[in-house]
Amino acid sequence: MTESGVQSTAADSVVPAWRRILDAVGAQNLSLLAALAILVAIFGWSQGDTFFQPRNLTNILNAVAILGLIASAQTIVIISGAIDISVGSIVGVAGVAAALAMVGTDAPAIGIGVAVIVGTLCGLVNGLLVTKGRVNPIIATLATMAIFRGVAYVLSGGRGIGIVNSTYNWIGAGRIMSIPVAVYIFVIVAIVLIYFMRSTDLGRNIYAIGGNPHAAKLVGINVQRYQVGVYVLTGFVCGIAAVLLTARTTSGQPASGSEGLELETITAAFLGGCAMQGGKGTIVGTIIGVLIIGTLNNGMILMQVPTFYQLVAKGLLLLGAVMLMEFRTAKRD
Amino acid sequence: MNAPVPQLELAKITKVFPNVRALDSVSIDVYPGEILALMGENGAGKSTLLKVMTGAYQLDAGEIRLRGKPVQIPSPISSRRLGIRVAYQEPDIVPGTTVAENLFLGELPRLSGRLVDWRRLNEETEALLAPFRLARTLRPSTPAERLSPAHRQMIEILRALRGDLKVLALDEPTSSLSDTDTEDLFALIAQLKARGVGLIYVSHRMQEILRLADRVSVLRDGALVGTRPAAELDDKTLVRMMVGRPLGEVIKRSQHATAETVLKVTGLTSDKVSNIDISVHRGEVVGLAGLIGAGRTELGKTIFGAFRHEAGRIEVEGRPYRIKRPHDAIDAGIAYTPEERKADALLPELSVSENATLAILRKLTRFRIVQRRREREIAADYVRRLRVKTPSLQQLISKLSGGNQQKVVLARWLATKPKVLILDEPTRGIDVGAKAEIYALIETLAREGIGILLISSELPEILRLSDRIVCMQNGRITGELAASEANEERVLQLCMALDMNSQNQDTTRGAAH
Repeated sequence: MTESGVQSTAADSVVPAWRRILDAVGAQNLSLLAALAILVAIFGWSQGDTFFQPRNLTNILNAVAILGLIASAQTIVIISGAIDISVGSIVGVAGVAAALAMVGTDAPAIGIGVAVIVGTLCGLVNGLLVTKGRVNPIIATLATMAIFRGVAYVLSGGRGIGIVNSTYNWIGAGRIMSIPVAVYIFVIVAIVLIYFMRSTDLGRNIYAIGGNPHAAKLVGINVQRYQVGVYVLTGFVCGIAAVLLTARTTSGQPASGSEGLELETITAAFLGGCAMQGGKGTIVGTIIGVLIIGTLNNGMILMQVPTFYQLVAKGLLLLGAVMLMEFRTAKRD
Repeated sequence: MNAPVPQLELAKITKVFPNVRALDSVSIDVYPGEILALMGENGAGKSTLLKVMTGAYQLDAGEIRLRGKPVQIPSPISSRRLGIRVAYQEPDIVPGTTVAENLFLGELPRLSGRLVDWRRLNEETEALLAPFRLARTLRPSTPAERLSPAHRQMIEILRALRGDLKVLALDEPTSSLSDTDTEDLFALIAQLKARGVGLIYVSHRMQEILRLADRVSVLRDGALVGTRPAAELDDKTLVRMMVGRPLGEVIKRSQHATAETVLKVTGLTSDKVSNIDISVHRGEVVGLAGLIGAGRTELGKTIFGAFRHEAGRIEVEGRPYRIKRPHDAIDAGIAYTPEERKADALLPELSVSENATLAILRKLTRFRIVQRRREREIAADYVRRLRVKTPSLQQLISKLSGGNQQKVVLARWLATKPKVLILDEPTRGIDVGAKAEIYALIETLAREGIGILLISSELPEILRLSDRIVCMQNGRITGELAASEANEERVLQLCMALDMNSQNQDTTRGAAH
């Protein structure tokens, strides 16, 4: 046979420092960061006076915080080989439930608790449908997307429900060292999830399930339990996102603010390197994808692109992300 | 009855794959109205020959002649056009459509435009079915999902009958058929024969072949052993032709088997295997032999809990375990490396190290955090011990060669420190060098006291490595041989025991099935 490369000894051979940094960030993330930089440059140049204003940057960060939370969870679902289209509706129904709880009790802890519990239960429903009900993830969460949204409308009577508690609303509007509270929450959750996926056996097993469910089963992983867990986790994170959203808008809205989150989170995950069949992708990549989407959304508003065209642009971005991914994989095989 | 010019001649066909000479100057021919049986062990080259014939593979040397005229067969479409067809073992039937639509798949008669001419479709289907007995049970409008395996096989054959059929190859057509269905199929074959079609019949079933065939060609290791009139043959002679390879490598391994039973399976029954009793001693290598479809992989996966069992008892070191999932088997000290490396074992997007530690990951955590240093040490240890050739532990496993991937999969399971190791085709698709290394490893593992159940379709491999050989057919154990009394002929006889009615009384139990 031919000599096949280096005869391995266990220790890694000497690699230059720049190479290691590049490997750690990943070539793909690097190109994403470049794309982000180009976007910022474009908007900064054309809308410089408004784009770089602290108020505008705060707006971007606030939007990114909510989207980033859910996209991180979405990434885990996609890595496990599934998908969750119902995330926006979960945020809607959890937000309405939180607002109703606030109207009833005026206790922030209860409002937060209700949002998180409702979100988690929604996730549990998704997980059970996919495992015990054997419904395909796309179909299951497409159905619950309609169901949860419908429940949100029913609970709210179709209207927004105002929240007057200032402590609760501080979560959405408050700042610590001039950075929005929501951003801190997002960063903390994101770090926990990144660490979870990178360093725990649970995270590794989720990669295994998505990468090769048969192999995962044969090494003794209880695939179904993980699938339920991943959806429950997503529901939980959507509950937190619902708190941030309701606190920022000081109201629980059945649809406004949470519609379209499925499209944006899925786009972010694919931009960040996830694959539809699962087993690959990183939360860090997705978060860079979220920053791109957040910047793009904001920039389009500043440039007064009509909403209709914004929607077209978002759809094109998802298609572009997926095509890029398929192209890269096809080239590698 | 032979006409002077053969319907189809495959002359000195050679086909080479990387590392393997799949066909080495093989010549066979079939005359109009003749049934030529094609026999050989797993991997003897039968499928390759069929694929060359249909243009799915391109031959590297040799010539194909149809009615004496040399032809080129660059693709399956061109073989169809020439009138050469193959009916495959697992017919593709489109569910949700009818018998008629399946028969004319891709060539539905049309009215002007794209409208299907249903009337003509039904008429033509009826005309196609009419000469055959099964016309009584089938209508053009019968839904495809209601077809029995026999019907499916017949649809597959009838599909081949459309147009000008000169040569038809049947690949294990009866493997999923019951006795009455088989009779129907034989009637159909007889009618084709009467029409002057040249038939090539691939099968493991000796009784069928001796009954149907005019001549028998036997392949072994990609070469033709010989072609003989069926009337001159009996089953013993056939087996001898199939296995009679020069016994080159009889390096008997040193034996490490002890008296201590490490795995004991009694009465294991599922929908795939029946009433299996098998045991493996500490340090023993038990070879599980059988032809394709004998149920060896199914048995391995059932012991491992990947398939459910309805009845039976599994003991490891004398302790009974309830094994319902692979997880339970791993806890009991059983490991299983699957036959389909890519489909069932590899995590292509993960590294060598992550692939190697997957089965023991739980044990490498503290407060659920994977201890990277321990993980690296263990992976490095096995990479060194199994001599995995990889530039680093961080290399994606999908970038390694097949042999090295297999070693990583073995490492994954050795890391669980198993008492019983089930190896399912451990050397499939890997090169000769890696194969030798894996043989040496099996030897080492036996010396360390692991009980090994070796599933392999390569008889020489089984003979070389096993202390004891257990043979299976149709999901049952048909016999057992000690290494000292085993040779290829005897193993193969046991693997075909249910077809060899003249064999010992033990087989009548199975044959009654």
